[in-house]
Amino acid sequence: MRDVAVVGFAQRQMKDFDGSPSMAELLVPILAECYEQTGWAKKDIGFWCSGSSDYLAGRSFSFVSAIDAIGVLPPVNESHVEMDAAWALYEAWIKIQTGEVDTALVFGFGKASAGVLRRTLTLQLDPYTMTPLWPDTVSLAALQARLGLDAGLWDESAMAEVVNRSLTDAEKNEYAVRAGGSSVDELLARPMFADPLRKHDCAPVTDGAAAIVLAAGDRAREANQRPAWITGIAHSSDGLHLGTRDLTVSGSAARAAAAVGGTEGVQVAELHAPFSHQELVLRSALGLGEDVAISPSGGALAANPMFSAGAIRIGEAARRIWDGSADKVLGHATSGPALQQNLVCVMEAQENGRAK
Amino acid sequence: MTVAFDYTRSTGPVIGRFLTGLRDATIVGGRLSDGRVAVPPPEYDPVGHQAVTEFVDLPDTGTVTSWTWVSEPVAGQPFDKPFAYALITVDGADTPWLHAVEVASPDDIETGMKVRAKWAEERTGSVTDLVFVPDSVGLDTPPPSGSGGSTSDEVGLIVTPVSLDYHYAASPEESSFFRGLAEGRILGQRCPTCRKVYVPPRGACPTDGVPTSEEVELSHVGTVTTFCIVNVPFLGQRIKPPYVSAYVLLDGADIALQHLILDIPAEEVRMGMRVKAVWKPRDEWGTTIENISHFAPTGEPDADFDSYKHHL
Amino acid sequence: MSKIPAAVIGIGQTHHRAKREDVSMAGLCREAMDRALEDAGLTLDEVDAIVIGKAPDLFEGVMMPELYLAEALGAAGKPLLRVHTAGSVGGSTAIVASSLVQAGVHQKVLTVAFEKQSESNAMWALSVPIPFVMPVHAGAGGYFAPHVRSYIRRANAPSHIGAIVAAKDRNNALKNPFAHLHNEGTTVESVLASQMLWDPIHYDETCPSSDGACAMVIAAEDIAKTYDAPAWIQGTAMRSEPTSAAERDQVNPQAGREAAAALWKATGITDPAREIDCAEIYVPFAWFEPMWLENLGFAAEGEGWKLTEAGETAIGGSLPVNMSGGVLSSNPIGASGMLRFAEAALQVRGRAGEHQVDGARRALGHAYGGGSQFFSMWVVGSEPPSN
Repeated sequence: MRDVAVVGFAQRQMKDFDGSPSMAELLVPILAECYEQTGWAKKDIGFWCSGSSDYLAGRSFSFVSAIDAIGVLPPVNESHVEMDAAWALYEAWIKIQTGEVDTALVFGFGKASAGVLRRTLTLQLDPYTMTPLWPDTVSLAALQARLGLDAGLWDESAMAEVVNRSLTDAEKNEYAVRAGGSSVDELLARPMFADPLRKHDCAPVTDGAAAIVLAAGDRAREANQRPAWITGIAHSSDGLHLGTRDLTVSGSAARAAAAVGGTEGVQVAELHAPFSHQELVLRSALGLGEDVAISPSGGALAANPMFSAGAIRIGEAARRIWDGSADKVLGHATSGPALQQNLVCVMEAQENGRAK
Repeated sequence: MTVAFDYTRSTGPVIGRFLTGLRDATIVGGRLSDGRVAVPPPEYDPVGHQAVTEFVDLPDTGTVTSWTWVSEPVAGQPFDKPFAYALITVDGADTPWLHAVEVASPDDIETGMKVRAKWAEERTGSVTDLVFVPDSVGLDTPPPSGSGGSTSDEVGLIVTPVSLDYHYAASPEESSFFRGLAEGRILGQRCPTCRKVYVPPRGACPTDGVPTSEEVELSHVGTVTTFCIVNVPFLGQRIKPPYVSAYVLLDGADIALQHLILDIPAEEVRMGMRVKAVWKPRDEWGTTIENISHFAPTGEPDADFDSYKHHL
Repeated sequence: MSKIPAAVIGIGQTHHRAKREDVSMAGLCREAMDRALEDAGLTLDEVDAIVIGKAPDLFEGVMMPELYLAEALGAAGKPLLRVHTAGSVGGSTAIVASSLVQAGVHQKVLTVAFEKQSESNAMWALSVPIPFVMPVHAGAGGYFAPHVRSYIRRANAPSHIGAIVAAKDRNNALKNPFAHLHNEGTTVESVLASQMLWDPIHYDETCPSSDGACAMVIAAEDIAKTYDAPAWIQGTAMRSEPTSAAERDQVNPQAGREAAAALWKATGITDPAREIDCAEIYVPFAWFEPMWLENLGFAAEGEGWKLTEAGETAIGGSLPVNMSGGVLSSNPIGASGMLRFAEAALQVRGRAGEHQVDGARRALGHAYGGGSQFFSMWVVGSEPPSN
């Protein structure tokens, strides 16, 4: 495997983006920030890959005009996944591994506020046996939460603690659309929204976009003084149907963690948990102990822009390597209802995870 | 803006069997290779991957294994009042089914509660043919049995309407174009890097990836670079065929605009033809390109091919 | 660092029809997947990862349908990637799948692409009105017809070239049991006599709307070389450019030219017209055959129609094109690109049945999408890549 690192990261997250659903005008400054960080220009990028959704934008081929933000004449080597940009990053990492290119820029974008997100996401369900009932994402997560509560795997206090820590950390994140910690007692005193979930247990609807730059070997060292070397990246999927999988665990997250050789030594983990109890499911599936700092950015409960929030977790984790505050970090992304798909990206200050 | 369509779904044999059961007020489960019975039956066995072929008729009663309260229902959901979604394990099945339970408040439902189906009188072969109610609730009508009465044919095709509302916004650059149109002006913008004039302006110049900026007011006269004659009617079409859909390169612009050509028989429209914008009456104007009703011939001689061939 | 050689060891496709009302979406995918697995002698459990592609989700009205399909596709428990690059998606999906093998991450990858267009209406899905934009567009035909007119003018091509292509591809489809259209007796004259839909495009010069799927198993060298006649992936290329830009060449797009140039370079091909034995090219409207012949470098600019007119693109000609009947005979949009890639692989494996080109050893598979702006292509051969 080639040594590949995260060397650039830029993001924007907001409650309502007042602009086009392709978000090209929002991507322009994000890409500019990536160039500034790396000292590179468009011509230095060997491969481009984006993640977005037509249904979020409400029109076919919504990703097509987004590439205008790159400036695509002369043409570029480019691809797109209908997934969170974390999987675009995976595709780009693969492309670099083939040796065809040495650098890549991936981006994701989504204007969730264009529609009613709870309804839009219903279209992800089984179109014959689920969608006609229009169950929404929040309800599905709530069913998952109660299964864990009833089984004694977690309790409401543990969920509130996740929320309190996230919203407290979010105070330091300029892109958080929800921030401000209080106390477990105060949080538990708030009314139910989708029993057993309160509004603060659910990620806020967020618009946003993000970009990440990857580079191999010397190109990485040229762009960043302390690159975040990817020492393991893997993803896996579960079935969607609620009847045939155990919602209180995440088999796909556990498989992804196993595929990267486990998570021992990880100091900071940015987890993409759009609902408070899902962080508890993920910590257990990923084998993250009490000594691991979880989502210091505030995580998805502070801001959860569809199709870039997973990539943002990887970018936020990489930043802890860049600034020297950690030597081994983990970025995680999820996709689909109730943690159906999960991706794990372990990054280290040392290439190949070699001892210093 | 609403994106709506009634999708016609062919069910295949497994889902078809399940939905046929619902039409006939029967819950049908599928037997998996490990012996478990799943409701709804998955099309393919989750372990062995082969098609599920063994079906089991089950009673229409079951147990709540998880639930949540929908305090703010959204369009399309089974009730327009607060209700519960629940995972319900039908008696005789081993896996839970997501469905709706009609109860007045979250205090009226709990894990472990017994529920039974309340069937619709008119059933079509859909998961909406029933909801669940607490087993303790008396039903006004006796539970239906056998076929819904209409037909005994298998359900093979279902219609699932999908309607989503979107709020569509334009980029700031596009907005300046539409505001110009509201004043009867056609405004382009120049890319600060390549100096090309875009109409409408762009949030990102597709060549350089920077917003177009410097405003350029364009002529209402231009050249047809190329076109087609649309003879085919289709769903959602807003202009009656036949009509000429053309690329019009306005004088002073570096990119052609798509619009309609009228006031000339379609077969006489030519590449290179000079045309001018024909505006609707001012009182019909909005912030839309449709302020321009169409383009019509100016009567000038056609433009030389060389003058526009690099715009094809 | 060089790529690990990879090859296609299993190919499957559905019988493409206007409406496959006998199957669900899962059933459609599995029909193609099960054939590809059977061809490769593998089970779903033996596959390392699944890469799925399809065109816009509005076609079926399911957002990211691979999520609900995961279990039926055997992807539960495995890595599952979903690619969407407009009409080129079938090709780019195959390229992503092959790169998973070439990168050394997986040994055996199953890739599948599908479209069940009968669930909705493609014209509708492609023409959802966008506020503020003049609603003159009329589906894909309305989009591409002006550019066909531009080609005819620029190349000074005779007006019956499109009809030659259509008649050839429809007759080729008669030799392909999987093809959607089996229109006996299609001739240049009958094509020209069909209704003019989007002038200058006649009805018989347009692709159908189909339900269908295509799947392939791609394996690493060590596995592939144990197979009889694998189709070795000798090179792949993808390039993108904007839908519209000042002075963008929409007839002979730069992205297509540059993708082809990269592909020929990667495969060491210096004279594609001689070194490629046959090609499956994405031709949804008949005129795109001569346009793409030029774009790909098989003919000089303005000369592509001469190859077509001379019969060189027919089976038996110097460069057979769309032996399967092509997109003009079967068009499940999301799968159409993968069908081109798979048909090229069938040819070099010598397994194309009645539409086999004798002695085909190197073949091109090509797809494009969007407004002639997304290109994906590969060269497969009976020999492993030399570099």
